[in-house]
Amino acid sequence: MNIALIVNGATRTVEVSPYKRLLDLLRDDLRLTGTKEGCGEGECGACTVLLDGIPVNSCLVVAGQCDGHTVTTVEGLADGPLLHAVQRELVARGGAQCGICTPGIAVCAAALVDSGACRTKDGDARAKVRELLAGNICRCTGYQLIVDAVLAAADQVGGES
Amino acid sequence: MTQFSSDRVGQSVPRVDGVAKVTGTALYLDDLAIAGVRHGVTVRSTCPHAILDGFDRDPEFDWTGITVVTADDVAWGQPGFKQNVIAMLEDDQPALVPVGGRIKHWDEPLALIAAPTRARALAARAHFKPRFTPLPAIFTIDDALRAEVVLYGDDNVFKKFLVRKGHTDDAELERALAGCVRVVEGHYATGAQEQMYIEPQAMLAYHDGAVLHLVGSMQCPYYVHKAMKALTGRRADEIVVRQTVTGGGFGGKEEYPSMLAAHCALLASAAGAPVKMIYERDEDIAATTKRHPGRVHHKLGLAADGSIAVIDIDVIFDGGAYLTLSPVVLSRGVLHAAGPYRCPLVRVRGRAVATNHPPHGAFRGFGAPQTTFAYERQIDKLARALGVEAWDFRDRHALRPGDTTATGQLLVDSVGTDAIVDAIRKVAGSPPEPRGTNRHGAPVRRGRGYAFYFHGAGFTGSGEQRLAGRAAVSAQVDGTFMVHASSTDMGQGAITTFTQLAAGALGVDNDRVRVIDPSTDLVPDSGPTVASRTCMVVGGLVERASAVLRERLVAWGRQHQLDGDLSALARAATADGTDWRETVQYEPPPGIHWDDTTYTGQAYPCYGWAGCLVDLEVDLDTREVTLLRCVHAVDVGKAINPVIVAGQIDGGTVQALGWALLEQITYQDGRVANATMTNCIVPTFADVPDLETIIVECPYRFGPHGAKGVGEIPMDGPAAAVANALTDALGVEFDRLPILPEDIARALEVVA
Repeated sequence: MNIALIVNGATRTVEVSPYKRLLDLLRDDLRLTGTKEGCGEGECGACTVLLDGIPVNSCLVVAGQCDGHTVTTVEGLADGPLLHAVQRELVARGGAQCGICTPGIAVCAAALVDSGACRTKDGDARAKVRELLAGNICRCTGYQLIVDAVLAAADQVGGES
Repeated sequence: MTQFSSDRVGQSVPRVDGVAKVTGTALYLDDLAIAGVRHGVTVRSTCPHAILDGFDRDPEFDWTGITVVTADDVAWGQPGFKQNVIAMLEDDQPALVPVGGRIKHWDEPLALIAAPTRARALAARAHFKPRFTPLPAIFTIDDALRAEVVLYGDDNVFKKFLVRKGHTDDAELERALAGCVRVVEGHYATGAQEQMYIEPQAMLAYHDGAVLHLVGSMQCPYYVHKAMKALTGRRADEIVVRQTVTGGGFGGKEEYPSMLAAHCALLASAAGAPVKMIYERDEDIAATTKRHPGRVHHKLGLAADGSIAVIDIDVIFDGGAYLTLSPVVLSRGVLHAAGPYRCPLVRVRGRAVATNHPPHGAFRGFGAPQTTFAYERQIDKLARALGVEAWDFRDRHALRPGDTTATGQLLVDSVGTDAIVDAIRKVAGSPPEPRGTNRHGAPVRRGRGYAFYFHGAGFTGSGEQRLAGRAAVSAQVDGTFMVHASSTDMGQGAITTFTQLAAGALGVDNDRVRVIDPSTDLVPDSGPTVASRTCMVVGGLVERASAVLRERLVAWGRQHQLDGDLSALARAATADGTDWRETVQYEPPPGIHWDDTTYTGQAYPCYGWAGCLVDLEVDLDTREVTLLRCVHAVDVGKAINPVIVAGQIDGGTVQALGWALLEQITYQDGRVANATMTNCIVPTFADVPDLETIIVECPYRFGPHGAKGVGEIPMDGPAAAVANALTDALGVEFDRLPILPEDIARALEVVA
């Protein structure tokens, strides 16, 4: 069937089975390969994208569910050459190592930061970041520098608003 | 060391591949668009031990466009494919089991299928079934040693080692043990562990004229190159192996990629088209190598004067069905088994045995975590028995300059003991309140545990000399410089570290240096990306090549009366097409002596040293463990890039904490029964505390700027610190890993 969705701000129409995984629609049909597959069963979070602003595992969402909805992938986080604060801080603070989980974490953390859900002035911000990112597995970093990066980004975004 | 050191070294510059990774533009193998590519899948065994009788190919299925390869479809020995073997240390593992041959483990590759789409390949696989006659199988170390079923040689022993210090025969050692005023004896068991890189194994093969290309996710392009030479019989220059951006390795992409490379090469040849293979997660967990399950029997004898008089250790690793890297993993386990403690009499016996488990192989730490767990439990037990504070006890007995290790290696410099002991002491503070309640109102017990350990950096003994790794740096016509090394970046930051070392020695800005993607036609063999050697050994080569190239360019400039910075000189010097490339080869530091037959001498050029403190609490209702603090001080010699080094320590720490408390491989009749990320779990953001990582720098004279290894040592000790903290909290011993809530429940029941 024809599925129309808004991906990273642009309307895209694709002819796919409604049962195709959103992950495959993005990677194979739209060639947006920034979204990664780590497990295919919703455990690792590498395929995280935003569906109407909410983080989802795109390996567990089928194309039919996305008709008429908005999807944001890692390719849609930056404003041209201007990185999202989360991306900037992940680079600056060593929050990315092998990088395969990074798109999913960047997308999820960006949603978190943009929502204002975690700022260091809120006392339990570190715990909150850990809880809200617990669906994204990273095997390289031990998470410490990612948490640092997300909080640094949260403070910047919070400061701007 | 070079005279051109610059302040760029030691700075936490952002990773050079950072922006590509956070924007999703870094291209991993599965992201490459390859025209006409076929998707390869593997037909695997569904039994642990059997004779392969043949295959049933469903005649009803539409086989159009499907390529099938079995070992019997290949004309071995004819041009194209020479030998059905995955060449590693020994040639005991076939690429595919032939009909009539022996299946030795579950999920062993038996046949290959390629199709234009992945869905078609998977559908075809469902219609292609192996037939086999089962054989009795063995899954335990004891059954392997009984050798009623023989899988390797005549006794199932892949390799044995014996280290003796301070005595000549067993009787002398037994007499010394009998003379000890106290002997602590323990039996320790550690489980298999999955590397769980988030990018599964991935490889592509294609032919370009006479040349076979392998492109993929890997740690060691030249290992794959060597395996492809043995498999295909091709000349070295008819095989090109290139690493793509690699989504984690941790040892899991050290030897295993040769298997995928062989399979892709066989399929690409049969299909006459490029073939790529991306493992499914369950397949990757079930079929590929893991950390060796280990069993350690440890006796620690105390002399009347309070010194450690005797250490006697027996180490046995389950190597699985094929030899892979088991002998070298065992070697490292044995060489670290006595720990960083002073002792005049040491015996370490080690064996790696064959079972019908899928082969175990390389994983960060490489044998040392298993034996470290044992000796750090032992030291803790002895300290407790004597009523001495656990960290003070380690301080008292730890190796220092002037002491010798179990192999008789005299420690001279770069011994981090004092710095590590002080670093931990400085931040330790008070231990947690032993009793209390948690936020759910449940009663808790709290405890503190320590571990102290060392890890040899680089290859064992004369390994680096044998490898004779090479690296090159070249000047480019645009005034930039290029580093050529086969060391791969799998996330650990090698290319950024090399950039800093080269830029520092050349005296140019980091952005003037590029590290070329490792491809065997473009880079010399620098040795594999393993053994905590990349910065210390290959980084040293990169720095030396850079320094020599700089000298040559400056001399050339003087000769031609040219001024200007090095970039300008590079532009001028290369303008006529001259290849300005400096290649250097590893040269051992002076005075290295190692005897492979007696296992004595300098086992490693130098050691990293580390200490770990863990505070935790146990919920007495659920038996769940919450980590409260994890302090990890690691002596790395010199942190070329402190953020990258901290990231290595943090990452290794969490893998070790996971091995201690969460990560379990459940084998049922030799099959991995929990081969999904749902039940083969690793730590998440929510499972670990904020890490208190301390970088300690006790420089190694022959490492670049003093750098030594960092990659593996963080994996070695935290599990013992966790077990020691649990004992402190609960008053019961935990001598097996992992320690799951049900293990804690059982231990507490036994005590009650």
